[in-house]
Amino acid sequence: MLISLFITCYNDTLFPETGKAVVAVLERLGHTVEFREAQTCCGQMHYNTGYQQEAFPLMRHFLEVFRGAEVICIPSASCVAMIREHFPVMAADSTDPKLIHEVNDLLPRVFEFTELLVDKLGVTDVGAFFPHPVTFHTSCHSLRSLHVGDKPMQLLKNIRGLKLTELPDSDQCCGFGGTFAIKNAPVSSAMLSDKIGSILKTNAQVCAAGDNSCLMHIDGGLTRQKAPVKCMHIAEILAATEPVSNPGSDQ
Amino acid sequence: MTVRVGNAAQAPDFPEAAKKQLANAQMRRNVRHATDVIRAKRNRVAAEMPDWEALRESARQIKAHTLRHLDTYLEQFEKACTAAGGRVHWAKDADEANAIIAAIINSHGEKEVIKIKTMTSDEIRLNPALEAEGITPFETDLADLIVQLGNDQPSHIVVPALHRNKTEIRKLFLEKMKLETLGDQPEDLTEAARRYLREKFLRVKIGIGGANFAIAETGSVCIVESEGNGRMCLTLPQVFISLVGIEKIIPEFSDLEVFLQLLPRSATGERMNPYNSIWTGISPNDGPKEFHVVLLDNGRSEILADEKTRQTLQCIRCAACLNVCPVYRQTGGHAYGSIYSGPIGAIVTPQLQSMQHSQSLPYASSLCGACYEACPVKINIPEVLIELRGKVVAAGDAPASEKIAMKTASFALSSSRRLATAQKFVRIAQWPLVHDGTISKLPGFLGAWSETRNMRSAPAESFRQWWKRRRKEQHS
Repeated sequence: MLISLFITCYNDTLFPETGKAVVAVLERLGHTVEFREAQTCCGQMHYNTGYQQEAFPLMRHFLEVFRGAEVICIPSASCVAMIREHFPVMAADSTDPKLIHEVNDLLPRVFEFTELLVDKLGVTDVGAFFPHPVTFHTSCHSLRSLHVGDKPMQLLKNIRGLKLTELPDSDQCCGFGGTFAIKNAPVSSAMLSDKIGSILKTNAQVCAAGDNSCLMHIDGGLTRQKAPVKCMHIAEILAATEPVSNPGSDQ
Repeated sequence: MTVRVGNAAQAPDFPEAAKKQLANAQMRRNVRHATDVIRAKRNRVAAEMPDWEALRESARQIKAHTLRHLDTYLEQFEKACTAAGGRVHWAKDADEANAIIAAIINSHGEKEVIKIKTMTSDEIRLNPALEAEGITPFETDLADLIVQLGNDQPSHIVVPALHRNKTEIRKLFLEKMKLETLGDQPEDLTEAARRYLREKFLRVKIGIGGANFAIAETGSVCIVESEGNGRMCLTLPQVFISLVGIEKIIPEFSDLEVFLQLLPRSATGERMNPYNSIWTGISPNDGPKEFHVVLLDNGRSEILADEKTRQTLQCIRCAACLNVCPVYRQTGGHAYGSIYSGPIGAIVTPQLQSMQHSQSLPYASSLCGACYEACPVKINIPEVLIELRGKVVAAGDAPASEKIAMKTASFALSSSRRLATAQKFVRIAQWPLVHDGTISKLPGFLGAWSETRNMRSAPAESFRQWWKRRRKEQHS
């Protein structure tokens, strides 16, 4: 299958390893990955902060870039939620029938990375080897917008060597919330402090998630505390075929 | 028009107020404990309902339908209530409602009233308005009594004194009820309140309350409660006044079937409330001889006119969204500067004030969606929060630094070439800040991030650069 990767703007800039891992997993499963180089951003940051006007051209650009793509893979639940929940609203607001049609046509082709593997490709064992204790943070968007359920867990449980420990209070937000982390930094930090407390209780060496936005936040707190836990996108764990050197001490 | 939501217009911005509340460790422990308890009970009794999701959807549809035809249902309610011997008054704002209520009390020459818990009366600041007229209001709900005696503000929609623990309440009762001794068990405290209130129930001739539901079909008003103080206020006084926000209307008596299953489970985690009072006008030889309903607008029509945010008015004030909100659970209710706190407060408070005040509230959320998931009438609170943020930005009220950052970002993201240039710029600009691959101090408004958190630095090669390099290598 030809799979078109939407890397997302922040993964592109800050977390290229996640993109490389997605490519590695999909190619290992025998699929072809394309990267349409004109892609930029889904507009989530603008939209959620109240800059809906600025988000609109970003949506148009996205639609243009991915026109004709059969399957679009996105390693970020919050960007998928932006597309599924807010693209239709923006299109409806524009009252442009062509745009509304284009968005309707786009949505069934958009998949979050774990959704793509489990639902579309029907795979729960990607042949990974990762001999480390891992806990999984369910991002709010994957939990409540995408309803990914136990898909990430199915994938993680089939990884050889991996010891999965359930994260206590896993339905609690890590406090990132995009610009919320800056506009309400003390509250956001208090939420993060609770989340880090839960992570440390698991004694896991790795905290995984399907969203690097949450992980950037959690990692920021863990690094500040010099806590021995490494944050990794689930794609990077699924891509692994040999032990990672010193997880938890290279941060 | 003088639309008022308590003292919200004078309250400090949420970030500032939240910072202050976060320093109050005792209050945070109280809030954490209380919300944990209610949340666990709510989850248990919601889970035992096989048709919970269907009930939520029914409730949403009934409320959405009612709001679309609110004018018709309000008039139907007025007609039915009047036919049953009630008197209906229309108040466009807080001042009008306060004046109507004071005039009714004055017409009986009374100087005291007993009150059932009503958030709407806090919204219009009824108590200070009555006091200014020389009328003393006595709160009879235990939590509202605690708030009133402590000269405090409610911090929760259903449990107004949730921020207080029993040691604090004991101290307050000893002082304000002028008691010599008082035990520290919950039973001791409720017994003290009972003694303090009983005499007032028997003496005071006018009662005031709100409404959980007002039924258009029959003109009935419904109040649910746990303590029985409401039942006392509804049966003992000669005159009873209900202050009812116009969004409290439901079309038919049978609609209560849906709401009386959802509300107690969502609010207090009970299968049903201990006291469910539904009364229709006046009845000879039973209850008050005179019954007034004050239908309050106070900014609601304006919310109704906005199709995107209208769902705000579906709220049945169960406060389930507060108990699950990770922001509320950190800050408590006072940080919101409004008697309506938590996620619902963050959307209702600024809208009632035409978005002229409380503009920081739509941002007091990480948009985690826990509120939407818990809401028994399915108000998509995150969607409304985003819509309201759009209104703040459109009115030009967002901070200048944010506007510049957003404009810059939208330019950088408008094409892949510009994005690649911006990525190069980030890599160059960050170098004085990066130590061991991480940034511990960010400049400007981003500094708020780095007060408690490091920031991942941008690696030397972006994904798109890697992809290009890889393709070149594959083709060579």
